[in-house]
Amino acid sequence: MNDSLEVEADVRETKDQGECFARFVNVQKSYDGVELVVKGFNLDIQQGEFVTLLGPSGSGKTTCLMMMAGFETPTHGEILLKGEQISGLPPHKRGIGMVFQNYALFPHMTVAENLAFPLEVRHLSKDETRKKVDRALAMVRLEEFGDRRPAQLSGGQQQRVALARALVFEPELVLMDEPLGALDKNLREEMQYEIKRIHASLGVTMIYVTHDQTEALTMSDRIAVFNDGIVQQLATPETLYEEPENAFVAYFIGENNRLQGEVVEHIGDDCQVRLDSGDIVLAKAVAAGGVGARTTLSLRPERVSILLDESLSFDNCFEGHVKEVIYLGDHLRTRLAVCGNDEFILKTPNAKGHPNLRPGQTIKVGWSSKDCRALDA
Amino acid sequence: MSESPSSPLTTADGVPLKVSLRRAVRRSKIKALLLVSPLLLFLIIAFVMPIFDMLWRSVDNPEVSTNLSRTVEALEGWEGDALPGEPAFAALVEDLQEGQQARNLGLLSSRLNYEKSGMRSTINRTARRVNALEPPYRDALIDINDTWGEIDTWKLIQREAAPLTMSYYLAAIDRQLTVDGEIVKVPDHLEIHVALFWRTFWMSAVITGLTLLLGYPIAFLLSNLPLRHSNLLMILVLLPFWTSLLVRTTTWIAILQSQGVLNDVMVAIGVIADEARWQMIHNKTGTIVAMTHILLPFMILPLYSVMKTIPPSYMRAARSLGGRPFLCFRRIYFPLTIPGIAAGGILVFILSIGYYITPALVGGQSGRFITNYIAYHMQTSLNWGLAAAIASILLFVVIIFYLVFNRLIGVDKVKLG
Repeated sequence: MNDSLEVEADVRETKDQGECFARFVNVQKSYDGVELVVKGFNLDIQQGEFVTLLGPSGSGKTTCLMMMAGFETPTHGEILLKGEQISGLPPHKRGIGMVFQNYALFPHMTVAENLAFPLEVRHLSKDETRKKVDRALAMVRLEEFGDRRPAQLSGGQQQRVALARALVFEPELVLMDEPLGALDKNLREEMQYEIKRIHASLGVTMIYVTHDQTEALTMSDRIAVFNDGIVQQLATPETLYEEPENAFVAYFIGENNRLQGEVVEHIGDDCQVRLDSGDIVLAKAVAAGGVGARTTLSLRPERVSILLDESLSFDNCFEGHVKEVIYLGDHLRTRLAVCGNDEFILKTPNAKGHPNLRPGQTIKVGWSSKDCRALDA
Repeated sequence: MSESPSSPLTTADGVPLKVSLRRAVRRSKIKALLLVSPLLLFLIIAFVMPIFDMLWRSVDNPEVSTNLSRTVEALEGWEGDALPGEPAFAALVEDLQEGQQARNLGLLSSRLNYEKSGMRSTINRTARRVNALEPPYRDALIDINDTWGEIDTWKLIQREAAPLTMSYYLAAIDRQLTVDGEIVKVPDHLEIHVALFWRTFWMSAVITGLTLLLGYPIAFLLSNLPLRHSNLLMILVLLPFWTSLLVRTTTWIAILQSQGVLNDVMVAIGVIADEARWQMIHNKTGTIVAMTHILLPFMILPLYSVMKTIPPSYMRAARSLGGRPFLCFRRIYFPLTIPGIAAGGILVFILSIGYYITPALVGGQSGRFITNYIAYHMQTSLNWGLAAAIASILLFVVIIFYLVFNRLIGVDKVKLG
């Protein structure tokens, strides 16, 4: 009862605002009536925005996308497109472009026929259809390939055709379900820029689902990090990386050193944490509980410095034993034992004058309390 | 360093690479051959040889040339404008005497009787009295039976002395050779085979169509249900395979006969009057119903195997691109299932035109297939040549269908399950 009242209130609010392009309001989804796959999903998307739903598999992100496309029905809550409720609308009346994980190009049609399909079902004239197909092919730089069958194309080309097909009928919203998952690394990066370029040039709104955090960081205006059916954090890539709000986000986005401990004292925005090894660390209190509460400290490997002499100073300085050094070309990855954590990673750029570390060495490392975030346990 | 292209590659000890490779794979080749050899041998003995024997029998024509060898020789050079001379009659008497002693004139008389009715009794009657005959044989033979005085009889013997004959194939399509070598239709009351061939083909086509109509939705459901449910459904589909063919066919008799379950129910609920019970068995209806039921799995399985490979995302993509559900089915899903339809169709059709037990049991007179006539000629009329010719025609039809199918769809696309 309460929920539905809330939803109504929310819907009214949207209509009053009238600025959100697409909205999920309190959406819940259950397949078996026992467990919720999506638990109260809220998301407002502005026109022209590139929003990514990021999360591990089974976190509910694809389900949300399928609900927007109309292939799944929300168990509860509302989905709005341009202020209109679309829950009752069948997929073919929603006018939403969609790119599928394995492209779903129709194998018995040529590339041009694939692209013409959405135009034919809209009863466009032959001339107009051909013009639009040609334009779409040019957009993804496959002018020469109109007569080929999908099976005669490489993975990257198929991917571009799928993209062109989702855009050819000029939808205002395009959904992408892990579209680059089947490509190898180099091609994936190339396609990321291509999609980004098309997004910028067409101004179309995109909702993108991926489990690849680099992809999400590269492409998105905003990212919703999913886990366990709820959005853990919704923010710009920068905020997400720099200021994760909880341990899951910190762990899922980028690399991350984790130190477990107990809050000893709050000092303004900071707090002192006694680690399980007994060391005391000063950290920024982001989501730490009161005194005595368990907390996880999150620290990016590139924010840890090696203290070669006494000239540099941080509010956290500890001794580290070098366990392993891995050479990665542009940077070095050093595994240390610091504060009882054997998996403490340190990243140093392979720049002039970087210290030459050897396993077994003992060095001093330090980091600023601003970069060390005390999060939930 | 790379070797010059002219010198063949060799292994480290100087043996040419190709020889070395052949040696290396020989063992596994021998092993593979040994593994398949029992089945291969069995197939050759029980399948390939009988087929060639059947093909041979359909054209083989040994009766006249072996049993009347002297007569045939005496007729050499005979123009056929008048009765042959005394030597031919004498040779015939000699041949018949020998045949009567060896008691092997039965096949000869049957063989000649196929071509000219009355020949069986002519030969039998002559053979019984042939030992008592005195020259001149010409008058003596004509005295026994007028048939020997007809030029056509001798022309027939001369013609059938050929080692191969077309007459079984001609008989299989209701044609015969006249004495002058023309191909003509048999008299109307003897025409049966062509009509039976057509009936077999169109009823098989109807059965194929019905299995497709009934099987397509099931195969669709089967390939789209979650595994747990589809396994159960698959068992239901395969269940008929585990029941005896005879049991399934006789069950249909119990259901469809005029005092059967279906008629009783219809009478009980007042749909039909007791005296106007439907005749649904021992006619075409019976054959079609029972065979559709029996052959349904052969349609469902190839359809299922093809549908299983069509990802649900195709239909979703089509829907998201703006296609109404039926249009998406017609333009996207259906064309992708055509290999399955073709595979199931060809399988059911081929099985159906060669089906024997079911039409024999539930077909009555009007629902009988050409196969039932093959059996009739094998078992009752003992005209094995004709049975072989009919069977060979069926075999050629199947081969043609297979070749067309292979050309259009490709046999490698067919998978069962």
